[in-house]
Amino acid sequence: MFEPFILPLLGGVLIGLAAGGLYLFAGEIAGVTGIARIALVGSKRSSYTGWNTRGWAVAFIAGLLVAGLGAAVLGGPAVTAGIETVAPGLLLVAGLLVGIGTDLGNGCTSGHGVCGLSRFSPRSLAAVATFMFAAGLTVFITRHGGF
Amino acid sequence: MRAFASFIAGLVFGLGLVISGMTSPDKVFGFLDIAGQWDPSLAFVMGGAVMTATPIFWLARRRAKPVVSASFDTPPKTPVDRRLLGGAVLFGIGWGLSGICPGPALVSAAITPLAIGGFVIAMVVGIVFSSRVLRPLLDARQTHATLPEIAIPAE
Repeated sequence: MFEPFILPLLGGVLIGLAAGGLYLFAGEIAGVTGIARIALVGSKRSSYTGWNTRGWAVAFIAGLLVAGLGAAVLGGPAVTAGIETVAPGLLLVAGLLVGIGTDLGNGCTSGHGVCGLSRFSPRSLAAVATFMFAAGLTVFITRHGGF
Repeated sequence: MRAFASFIAGLVFGLGLVISGMTSPDKVFGFLDIAGQWDPSLAFVMGGAVMTATPIFWLARRRAKPVVSASFDTPPKTPVDRRLLGGAVLFGIGWGLSGICPGPALVSAAITPLAIGGFVIAMVVGIVFSSRVLRPLLDARQTHATLPEIAIPAE
């Protein structure tokens, strides 16, 4: 009965090792949105005055992509099961909302969810509770709201 | 060295997302759909990640500087504000509509680029629009709102 939880737990431990490791070794928070913003725009926060360069951020994203390539070779279609069921127009709207929301909110499931909670950040706890609730409510409305 | 450590972290992070099932919208919908056939297994992803990362962050905080970098880039301790919560609401709606969050989106871009390309491009547009347009606008409004307080002379 515990079998369904083993892979999520193992994956979670790897994510935790990577997030903790990035902070311990490079001193950076493993928030995918923040890292994407550094790679795209060059700075993490509008008030940021640190010595950040884009190189490490691009390297992190390259790591994510190489992991995806590995999964494409070894994992098969189950890895991304369900992507084809989301309408293309909906994907565009959702992508836009995710991009704007995570940028304004300074983080997503990784930055707030993993790193923020591990650092006992009150902001991250508030953000995680809010986006979990909003996501759950959205799924409830789209699945059980008579659409 | 810093970029290499970062690459390895991204690689392990991405493998963790794949192994845990976070790259599958079906799994994510199963987790978010509490009123349906609820599949709570993805709670173990965040649980396992936080359980593992917490002692490493604790260890890091006891050091003067990171192993291969000059200083820690720790987020500032600003209060919870409307921008944080508003952003989280928008992100939650997008995640609930698609079953995709930013990390899995980038990993999946290398697995099935055609299926997820639209989402990734829209997400990039959203991040750049927010960074370059929305944030400066909101910053300007905030500065403007506090200006009269500064301008009023003390009598």
